[in-house]
Amino acid sequence: MSTPVVMYEQEYEQLKGAITRLCADANAKFVFLVDRSGQQIASHGEMINLDTTSLASLTAGNVAATDGLAHLIGERGFPVLSHEGERDNIHISIIAARVILVVIFDGRSSLGLVRLRVKRATAEMNAIFHSIDTKIERERDLGISLDSPFAEITEEDIDALFN
Amino acid sequence: MTFINYASREINCKIVYYGPGLGGKTTNLQYIYDSTAAQAKGKLISLATETDRTLFFDFLPLDLGTVRGFKTRFHLYTVPGQVFYDASRKLILKGVDGMVFVADSQRERMDANVESLFNLESNLKQHGYDLMKVPYVLQLNKRDLPNIVSSSELSGELRRKGEPVFEAVANRGVGVFDTLKAVAKQVLLELRKNSGG
Repeated sequence: MSTPVVMYEQEYEQLKGAITRLCADANAKFVFLVDRSGQQIASHGEMINLDTTSLASLTAGNVAATDGLAHLIGERGFPVLSHEGERDNIHISIIAARVILVVIFDGRSSLGLVRLRVKRATAEMNAIFHSIDTKIERERDLGISLDSPFAEITEEDIDALFN
Repeated sequence: MTFINYASREINCKIVYYGPGLGGKTTNLQYIYDSTAAQAKGKLISLATETDRTLFFDFLPLDLGTVRGFKTRFHLYTVPGQVFYDASRKLILKGVDGMVFVADSQRERMDANVESLFNLESNLKQHGYDLMKVPYVLQLNKRDLPNIVSSSELSGELRRKGEPVFEAVANRGVGVFDTLKAVAKQVLLELRKNSGG
């Protein structure tokens, strides 16, 4: 089993700040980050009734399928995907090689503006993910526990989940 | 891949139901969805063909409750079982934390079970996983049908590493939650192991 993806409080707040700014700068309705296996990381925007869990899983599926298509034709991947609807549009891009950034926007913005703002935000978020990686590596090297809530989990705790 | 969010105090794990076509993977998820309280589940998403065959995946987010102050959420996925959907099937395995193999107990599906299990091992390997190390449960489904292989024969053929085996009739819910519980438990215990606990 692979190593868990970890999100720390400090970096989470930085990412929240970055996507909040992106949402405002791009005049977008909603911005969210999801990892490639479909786990939602952070979101911000006005679409309050949006089912973000489903959105995250379908986005990851979409990116995975498109990557598969890219490999079939000898491409490494398609780093940017764009879906145009009658009212709302979705712009999808890859950050730090492993995180998917999704921007939902309507006629109040434009694809050009979103692309421009995403580019700037990507540099900022790449740095934040790099900082998370550095922190994990440093803790691993020093043998510091990540203070995992599971270190002391008991079988009774697990059984209780199903009762 | 387990996602631990210290900021929102949430842990998300991914469980994939694998197995031959028409074996009952989607039925497992459907039963879990139908029997779970509204506040503990998200929407069941099925990317299926017009004839209700899984085309890409089914997805069900399930909120199990709180462990040590962390909200524990399982994301359940199925893969398309039909042989020719292998490219899509492989994609779903990305970041998997636990596997359920749903075997079809009918005698005429024996070859399909074996082929699907080989396919699982091969696809896991391509993602860098080893079935021997991944939390894993074997479910023998459709135990209510007349033309079935005995449990011992089926287990003997399909069991890989002493994993828990459950008999099931997924459309009536028999064995469905036992299977889920067993794989969830392994996933959480694996997390404990990786945390040095």
